[in-house]
Amino acid sequence: MSDLANKLLFLPERASTFADRIDFLHYFVVGTTMVASAGVGLAALFMFFRYRRRVENQATEYVVPNLKTEFLFVSVPLVFFLAWFAIGFRDFTWFTTPPKDSMDVYVMGKQWMWKFSYPEGPNGVNVLHVPANRPVRLLITSRDVIHSFFVPSFRIKMDALPGRYTQAWFEATKPGTYQVLCTEYCGLSHSKMLAEVVVMAPEEYDNWIKEQRRGRLQDRQDALADNSLVPGTARMAEQGQKLAGTQGCLKCHSVDGSQHIGPTFLGMYDRLEHLQDGQNIRVDEAYITQSMMDPGAHIVAGYQNVMPTYQGKLQGPESAAIVEYIKSLRTANVREGASEGPAYDPIQ
Amino acid sequence: MTPSSSIAAPGAAPGHEAHHEHGDHPSYLVDGTTVKSWLLTVDHKRIGIMYMFWVLLFFLVGGIFAMMIRLELLTPGPTIMDAMTYNRTFTLHGVVMIFLFMIPAIPAIFGNFMLPLMLGAKDVAFPRLNLLSLYVYLAGAGFALWGMLNGGLDTGWTFYTPYSAHTTTTVAPVLFGAFIIGFSSILTGMNFIVTAHTMRAPGITWFKMPLFVWALYATSCIQVLATPVIGLLLLLVSAENLFNLGMFDVARGGDPVLFQHLFWFYSHPAVYIMVLPAFGVMSEVVSTFSRKNIFGYRAVAYSSVGIAFVGFFAWGHHMFVSGQSTFDAGIFGALSMLVGVFTAIKVFNWVGTVYKGAVEFTTPFAYFCGFLFFTVFGGMTGIAVATVSLDVPWHDTYFVVAHFHFIMVGATIMAFLAALHYWFPKMFGKTYHEGWGLVSAALIILGFNATFIPQFLLGNAGMPRRYYEYPERFQALNVASTAGASLLAFGFVIIALYLVWALIYGKRVDNPWGSKGYEWLTASPPPTHNFVGPQPTYPEEPHFYVDPKKAEVSDAV
Ligand code: HEM
Ligand SMILES: [Cu+2]
Repeated sequence: MSDLANKLLFLPERASTFADRIDFLHYFVVGTTMVASAGVGLAALFMFFRYRRRVENQATEYVVPNLKTEFLFVSVPLVFFLAWFAIGFRDFTWFTTPPKDSMDVYVMGKQWMWKFSYPEGPNGVNVLHVPANRPVRLLITSRDVIHSFFVPSFRIKMDALPGRYTQAWFEATKPGTYQVLCTEYCGLSHSKMLAEVVVMAPEEYDNWIKEQRRGRLQDRQDALADNSLVPGTARMAEQGQKLAGTQGCLKCHSVDGSQHIGPTFLGMYDRLEHLQDGQNIRVDEAYITQSMMDPGAHIVAGYQNVMPTYQGKLQGPESAAIVEYIKSLRTANVREGASEGPAYDPIQ
Repeated sequence: MTPSSSIAAPGAAPGHEAHHEHGDHPSYLVDGTTVKSWLLTVDHKRIGIMYMFWVLLFFLVGGIFAMMIRLELLTPGPTIMDAMTYNRTFTLHGVVMIFLFMIPAIPAIFGNFMLPLMLGAKDVAFPRLNLLSLYVYLAGAGFALWGMLNGGLDTGWTFYTPYSAHTTTTVAPVLFGAFIIGFSSILTGMNFIVTAHTMRAPGITWFKMPLFVWALYATSCIQVLATPVIGLLLLLVSAENLFNLGMFDVARGGDPVLFQHLFWFYSHPAVYIMVLPAFGVMSEVVSTFSRKNIFGYRAVAYSSVGIAFVGFFAWGHHMFVSGQSTFDAGIFGALSMLVGVFTAIKVFNWVGTVYKGAVEFTTPFAYFCGFLFFTVFGGMTGIAVATVSLDVPWHDTYFVVAHFHFIMVGATIMAFLAALHYWFPKMFGKTYHEGWGLVSAALIILGFNATFIPQFLLGNAGMPRRYYEYPERFQALNVASTAGASLLAFGFVIIALYLVWALIYGKRVDNPWGSKGYEWLTASPPPTHNFVGPQPTYPEEPHFYVDPKKAEVSDAV
């Protein structure tokens, strides 16, 4: 029955406890809306017909409503609206109050990727692993502009604000993979700021997290440490990020670790690149700048010489800003884990 | 004319203006035919017509952008443009439609033209200020369009910080243009308020004012009170963008969400700036075409004021998931419900007006039917998104896009077209072809539904707004929406064709509807000073179609 309703309304699969609550109210409100619209519409149509004009310049009676009618007009909708409000507010309060025993995950939005880190676990980009049937609290922030973390199947959404933490929580009910979308316009690649939540059976998740923790650096920094509040270089990196977007760098270079037409920017700084001519080169400011101005000088093994030169297109401070941006995407150590996506040490 | 005579009661003899008149009292359309006589006119009717020209032009521009958006979204990946172009296109669509079309459309065109006529006045209270507001509007529009062509911005019409403070696209000229347009809005609003207070003809009491005037009055109050807030805000954002002041930058102690509060403090009431005049038009239309006095006149009048009032206390419902407190969300959610109740009162009273009426199904009435549907359904989806928990999944998805297009755009476009058809004979003294009118009304109502109903479903399915590319699973509904939009565009083309034809070859008419609205008490098109000879008297309320034989008031229902 509710499966049919979900199909008719194009609602995605229900995969969290919040989704179950939301959908009930959804049917109630949408159902009443349909009935009320149809009721008003049919009453109107009936009257248009019943009271159609029979003679030109027909005169009419002077009809005014009495107090009782107007009272009805006010109170019937009010009762319905307040009932919805009451249920909706109760559920919203539930949604904004994470249970005490929930496990925490930090979420950081960043043009245009989602980063996840566990207080004493691994970091990940664009893939969030959580156990089923265990409440998870998300502590959400942003490194640059406002983003919004949305999982349709869980029916949850919360804005990611720079310099602040917002929170949301959910309890996933079914193992599986669910899409995360960004719903606050955040620039060029807003519509590509996608990620996934992988919900695992609890014991599977416990194994996964153990696997991830093995071999971690001992005194790793708190995942909270975040340079975005620091003025100076941070602002420069932001500038560079915008430029990388508008200058088209990101058409070929990803920032999330995935390989595209060109090498990814994530973790590029200080990396040892293998070049086509067999040599190795350590990526530093000089190399990045040279690659922008004279892309053909050192071709990284496995890539084509397709990048255009930015000589004359970027001014000194602009190329510096881009370098600073690439540096900000540095990770200390990229490893392959048992997870589906790569796992990273905290970004420094 | 001295200022004191311009606000004198219109009952005063117009004798001292005899030198303006040419014996046969030409209509305002032909009283002076030079370009200068139009550009420098202080006649509210000519100003209304000039507004009409520009507003329709901007509607065309906004419509072209709308079709570009819909074509791009026909396929999941890139279709006709790149991401940056798309982001600029939806921004321009929003900015042009909101600031250049929707806000001025009904008040500046039909309000300007009808308000003095409906009050038995010769003009608005400040005719020169009225002309100034047109040029201020054009200056703002020029600024904004210049900025859009020179780079164009990609922030969306909501200009949210910190994005708008950092984007490399050119934000400042467009914001400055919108800032200037705000002045035009304030000037028009002030003019209407003063006109309603001081220039009502003898016999027109507050509760005998036509409901369109009540709606304009409530709208003007919002404009005068809320527009300064957005004006200052736009300046702040421009300054932040140009000089990097840090007002919205947390790194320097600013607040990224402050913008949203100030923005919606204006923009939420602003949706009523768009929709209240529409409600006013519809009160006139339903009463004329069912030949009935408005059922519950006072309730409809008061609810306009009520909406204007609570409209100021509902802005937080745009920010349920922005990190505002749960308590705030509850307050804003509850207050938003009141707007729904006031709208419901109007809807019931409109339908009640038909009761025991004599309905003639004309083109304006067809738009009334469409309007009723968009208002009820769109309004109910508004209640749905104001229901705090339900808004969590819907916020910033296509559900919201569909909701505001239904209520704001749908209702307003229906009213705009109804007004255009209802008052066309009043403004030009000619009539159009009724058959074409009904065909295009059907096309537009169908097209509108076909465009936006799929968008409600897209929102349910989870498609966020402002997406250039979307996951494959959303495609079917997007194709449906684009098909609907094409139908809609086609309807507008037909209207443009037959109305231009009617302007040139249309049949001469005076009051084809037999309407008893006050504005019909003078000739169509009206003479320059609105009335010649003795002033009309106003013994009855507007739209009093009572049969003398049944004259005693029946308190039925
Ligand atoms: C032919 C009719 C129209 C079509 C097909 C259409 C289509 C669209 C589409 C597809 C969007 C993009 C939604 C998004 O991604 O956020 C949009 C946004 C919008 N439209 Fe329309 N639209 C039409 C008419 C109008 C009119 C007459 C208005 C007048 C106010 C309007 C106001 C807006 C606004 C305010 C937005 C939001 C812009 C933004 O999110 O930045 N639209 N429209
Ligand atoms: Cu984002």
